[in-house]
Amino acid sequence: MSTLLEARNVSKIFGGGLFDKSRTVALEDFSFQIDTDKPSVTSIVGESGSGKTTLARLLLGLVAPTEGEVLYYGKNLERLGGSDRKQFLRDIQVIFQDPFEVYNPFYRIDHVLDTPIRNFGLARGETARKELINESLEAVGIRPEEILGRFPHELSGGQRQRIMVARALLLRPKLIIADEPVSMVDASLRATILGSLLRLNREFGISLIYITHDLTTAFQVSEDIMVLYRGTVAEAGDVDKVVREPEHPYTRLLVGSIPLPDPDLPWEGERAIGRPAGELGESGEKFCKFNDRCPFAMPMCVQSDPPLFQTHANRVTSCFLYRESPELPMAKMTSIFKSATREGPPEDTAQLDGLDAELEVSQENSSTPTGGDD
Amino acid sequence: MVEETLSAEEPTVETKETLKVEDLHVYFHTYAGAVKAVNGVSFVLKSGERFGLVGESGSGKSTIALSLLRLIKPPGRIEGGSVYLNGVDLVSLSEEQMRRKRLDEIALVAQGAMNSLNPVRRIRDQFLLAFGDHDIDVKRSGFDDHIGDLLSRVGLGRDVANMFPHELSGGMKQRVCIALAISLSPSVIIADEPTSALDVVVQWQVMDTLRRVQEDLSASVILIGHDMGLMAQFVDRLGVMYAGRLVEIATVRDMFNDPLHPYGQMLIASLPSLESRKDSLQGIPGITPSLLNPPSGCPFHTRCPKVMEHCKTVTPELQEVRQNHWVACHLYEEA
Ligand SMILES: Nc1ncnc2c1ncn2[C@@H]1O[C@H](COP(=O)(O)OP(=O)(O)O)[C@@H](O)[C@H]1O
Ligand SMILES: Nc1ncnc2c1ncn2[C@@H]1O[C@H](COP(=O)(O)OP(=O)(O)O)[C@@H](O)[C@H]1O
Ligand code: SF4
Ligand code: SF4
Ligand SMILES: [Mg+2]
Ligand SMILES: [Mg+2]
Repeated sequence: MSTLLEARNVSKIFGGGLFDKSRTVALEDFSFQIDTDKPSVTSIVGESGSGKTTLARLLLGLVAPTEGEVLYYGKNLERLGGSDRKQFLRDIQVIFQDPFEVYNPFYRIDHVLDTPIRNFGLARGETARKELINESLEAVGIRPEEILGRFPHELSGGQRQRIMVARALLLRPKLIIADEPVSMVDASLRATILGSLLRLNREFGISLIYITHDLTTAFQVSEDIMVLYRGTVAEAGDVDKVVREPEHPYTRLLVGSIPLPDPDLPWEGERAIGRPAGELGESGEKFCKFNDRCPFAMPMCVQSDPPLFQTHANRVTSCFLYRESPELPMAKMTSIFKSATREGPPEDTAQLDGLDAELEVSQENSSTPTGGDD
Repeated sequence: MVEETLSAEEPTVETKETLKVEDLHVYFHTYAGAVKAVNGVSFVLKSGERFGLVGESGSGKSTIALSLLRLIKPPGRIEGGSVYLNGVDLVSLSEEQMRRKRLDEIALVAQGAMNSLNPVRRIRDQFLLAFGDHDIDVKRSGFDDHIGDLLSRVGLGRDVANMFPHELSGGMKQRVCIALAISLSPSVIIADEPTSALDVVVQWQVMDTLRRVQEDLSASVILIGHDMGLMAQFVDRLGVMYAGRLVEIATVRDMFNDPLHPYGQMLIASLPSLESRKDSLQGIPGITPSLLNPPSGCPFHTRCPKVMEHCKTVTPELQEVRQNHWVACHLYEEA
């Protein structure tokens, strides 16, 4: 088993010293591993400011950790040599929230697809280049003739984001980190974009890290999930367990706040857990980040920070309510993930059946795009 | 916090019509031609009711919202139709008469409103600006009390009046926008995607606040958005927009349990759930039609799995095919 990418006890602090008001602990003591031999889909969920993008940037080597290290095949990202660096830039691809920013409005769509081909020498000759582009576009359900030669503004938001997925695929990466890839598009278009990402996982064996604030889509695409709260992991593991039977009070609040598309189901929001407990006494140096909102907070919650308690074969919860369960060191968190413990491929691949049909229909039906949906 | 859940209670709606929109047409006259953003829309809003307008981006929802307050600016124009508010046709009013209606009788929390608060003015001053159009003595004593009351009604501290927008979180700014909207106790509040930029917990808080102030005022609400989950949990009745037209109107339960229009059916079928992951990644195939050159006949015919020959030429009218369930589709026409 070889570890493609690893975060080892990583923290990221923005701003100055201990007493600097602008000091923000964006991520605290975070560990995570992605292996190459079992393609996985992992979600990272949290409210805005919880540290999701910081984590993505750390994994991409775009910012350096304040503490700990990020390793690519065991080598520290900050000290990657020339050829390793080039391989890293190919192996790990990223898709950001707003594809519009990636596109230069004055260049045709072809340009965003040509650039990586040129930079990495992916295809020799015009025929090979065309073949590669067509193959990638078709994998995400876009007919090449529908978009090539057009300008970014002539495409819909959904198309632009799928082209970013196709672009990532050109490089045949080992891992794609998608940071809120569907947050800017309509609910009705999200399925197709996420479906195209999932297909890369299933058909090309590419691992995915799906970053989102939306638990519902995380539930749909991923096998394992990490719920972040103010830079720390609140709960992590098997997505079925975490989303359907949440344990951590914050996860319970999140799940209770989702407006489910069924008028007969309740929408409890804050009532799912109740009011904050209130007075807990003087806070120590370490404390649970959720204590000020937590109805179950106890004095111990402001005296130390809860470690990960393993409450199930495939789940950990960072909350003292579960202190009867064995502790699991942060560095071992991903070892209990479903993707790490299962034999063979993930269980339900059924979810892609419908998608294949849909991509075909959309190829038949699509008329001239009008940009009407963004 | 109030004890009952947001969705559980049955609507106790009188049949009085607060707002009645009839055959509204709104076009944007661009160099390329007229964009028919709202193309013959009719619906009623009952007193005390929460009505949802749902549809994909570009289907004309915000244009309806702005038209109801006569805030459409050139190149946009209300081409025809009526908007009766408490019996008065707003379309026929003078600009001066309309100005007095806004905020006083009908208020809008516009799409993106929380990001258009004036960044260099304190929250208190934003209220003063809003009141400028009305004969309100903002210097009179007790005026600050009034602002304080409004802020506390939306769950904010009175001290927020002295703060600047950048000192507030997104959820707090959206509450300020709601406080502004209810400042003159309107009978209709329109909220255009009020929570689309907010986290899910904050979304619940904001919607809970909106529901509470609506009930306090016995006002009616039009909620605009594309999230069917939010609609399911918040509104009593729902209208589905497609390409500038309303294609289906029903109570929220009928819409979710028994959608009739093929588009409504696909919309409901594609909803993600937390129950099962099977088939959950199905979207609606095809592309939204252009409003510049809308398809002839039924606007959905280019994507409809049940399309028939005459759908391509004849536009179906919105008809009440079951009690309180309106559909614009040839499938439901008497032979
Ligand atoms: N470059 C930066 N400088 C200072 N603070 C930052 C910077 N980037 C992020 N932060 C802070 O770190 C925290 C986490 O931010 P981010 O990772 O963007 O969260 P998310 O993506 O979950 O919304 C926030 O409090 C944010 O303000
Ligand atoms: N100022 C404008 N000029 C030209 N076209 C406009 C203008 N405002 C809106 N439109 C067009 O009107 C249609 C409906 O827009 P809008 O009402 O904002 O839709 P929604 O709120 O459902 O996303 C879209 O096709 C949009 O491009
Ligand atoms: S550790 Fe304490 S404060 Fe934190 S979530 Fe658990 S019970 Fe609440
Ligand atoms: S009128 Fe025809 S094309 Fe339109 S929704 Fe009904 S069946 Fe489909
Ligand atoms: Mg982010
Ligand atoms: Mg809009």
